[in-house]
Amino acid sequence: MPEASASARRPSGELEASVLAALWAANGRALTPADVQRELVAALGADLARTTVTTILARLHDKGSVSRTRSGRGYAYLPAQDPPGLAARRMRTELDKSEEGLRGTVLARFVSELDAADEQVLRALLAEVPPPATEDDPR
Amino acid sequence: MIVAVWVPLLLPLLAAPAARRLAEALAPRTAAWLLAGSAVVLAACSTAALALLAGAGALRLPPVAAFGHLVLPVVGDQGTVPAACAATVLLAAVGAALLRTSRQRVLLAARARRAAAAAGSAGGDLTVLDEDGPDAYALPGRPGRIVVTTGMLRALDPAEREVLLAHERAHLTGRHHLFLTALALSCAAHPALRLLRGPLSYALERWADESAATAVGDRRVAARAIGRAALATRPTSPRPLAALPAAAGPVPRRVAALLTRPHPPRTPRTVALALACCLALSTACALEAAHDLHGSIEVAQSE
Repeated sequence: MPEASASARRPSGELEASVLAALWAANGRALTPADVQRELVAALGADLARTTVTTILARLHDKGSVSRTRSGRGYAYLPAQDPPGLAARRMRTELDKSEEGLRGTVLARFVSELDAADEQVLRALLAEVPPPATEDDPR
Repeated sequence: MIVAVWVPLLLPLLAAPAARRLAEALAPRTAAWLLAGSAVVLAACSTAALALLAGAGALRLPPVAAFGHLVLPVVGDQGTVPAACAATVLLAAVGAALLRTSRQRVLLAARARRAAAAAGSAGGDLTVLDEDGPDAYALPGRPGRIVVTTGMLRALDPAEREVLLAHERAHLTGRHHLFLTALALSCAAHPALRLLRGPLSYALERWADESAATAVGDRRVAARAIGRAALATRPTSPRPLAALPAAAGPVPRRVAALLTRPHPPRTPRTVALALACCLALSTACALEAAHDLHGSIEVAQSE
C-alpha cells in the first residue's frame, strides 16, 4: 500500500508545507491538484492520493494562504500574494532590531556563505551527482 | 588557598582543543552533545573556582566573618587577598556577561516569534517570504517555523525542496538553538570555550543534513540540495580561483560528507581520554577546593 504510506508516514502539517512550497516554486503559474500531486510524488518517491492533495489545498485556501481559480471541472491554485515584499519587510524589521546578528546565532541557516574557493570545490563535488530530475522523469 | 582551585580556570585551554579534535571524528549528533556538554561542565567548574577564590577573601571581611559566626580568622596565605580581589573582578565580569547573554537570548527568541507571526503566507510549519534572494532558516519557538524565500524555492527541484524542509525541521525538533544557547552562556563564563563555536555550528548542520538525508531516503539528493542552494546564493558567476584552499568551508565539507559512504566513526582514543581527564580533573578540583574552603570555615568556627 504505497498510497497509504506516503500520507500516513508524514504528519499533515509537513504535507501542507510541501504543497505550499510547490505552489510558490511554480513562479506565478496556477497549479491544479494533479500538478501538485505529480511534483510531490516525484519528491517523496512514494505515491500520494489525489484526494489528500485536494484536501490540503482546500485547507490552505480556508486559511487564506492560497487563492484559486476555476480550471475545467476543478480549481487551480496560486499562493496568496501580499503586496510585494510586505511580509518580508515586516519580518526583516523585527529581525534587524537585534544588535548582535540574530541570524548567526538563534537562526540556523540552511547554507552559510561561500567564498570563491568553496564554490569551485562545491562545483567539482556536484559534478559527480546526477542532475535534478525533469518533470517527466519517472524517478 | 590550595592549588586545586586554579585548575578549573586553566583546564579549558587544554580541553577545548581536545573537544574540538574529538568532535571531528564523531557522528554529528554525538559531536554536538559532546561539545555543548563539555563547554557547560568546564564553564560551571571555572565559575565555581572563581566564586571559591572570591569567597575565601570575602570571609576575611569583618561583617562576613561575623555573619558566618567565625571566631578565628579563616586560614589563608599572603596570596589569598590579591587572588580574591582578582577573582571578584572576574566573577563580576562573568556575571555581567551571563546576564547580557541570557537577556539577549530571551529578546532574540521573542523577536523570532514576533517575526514569524508578522510574516504572511503560511502552511503547516512553513512561512514563505516573497523575495528573490535565496534564503532559508529555522525560527525556534512553540511551535517553531521554517522560513524560506521564494527565490530559494525556485532554485530547487521538488526533491531538493523536501531536503530543505526536512533539514530545517530537524533543527527545530532537535531543539538545536538550545545547544547554541548553552555554548553562548559557557563562552560568557570562559572565553577559551569560544573555540567550540565553529565546531558546534558545523555539527548541528551535519546533524540536520543527516536527518534530511534519512527523510528523503537519498544522500545524493541531500548533497545536491545543499550544494545547489549554496550556489544559488552566490550573486556572481564564478571568479577565477587564485589558489586552492587549505581547508574548504563548511558547505563543501557538508556536501562531501553526504557523498561519501557513512562509515563507523573511529574515535581517537588518546584525545577522548585526554578530554575525559580534563573534565574529571576540572570537576574534582572544583569540588576539592570547595571542600577545602568548607574545612577552613569549620576551623574558624571552632567546631
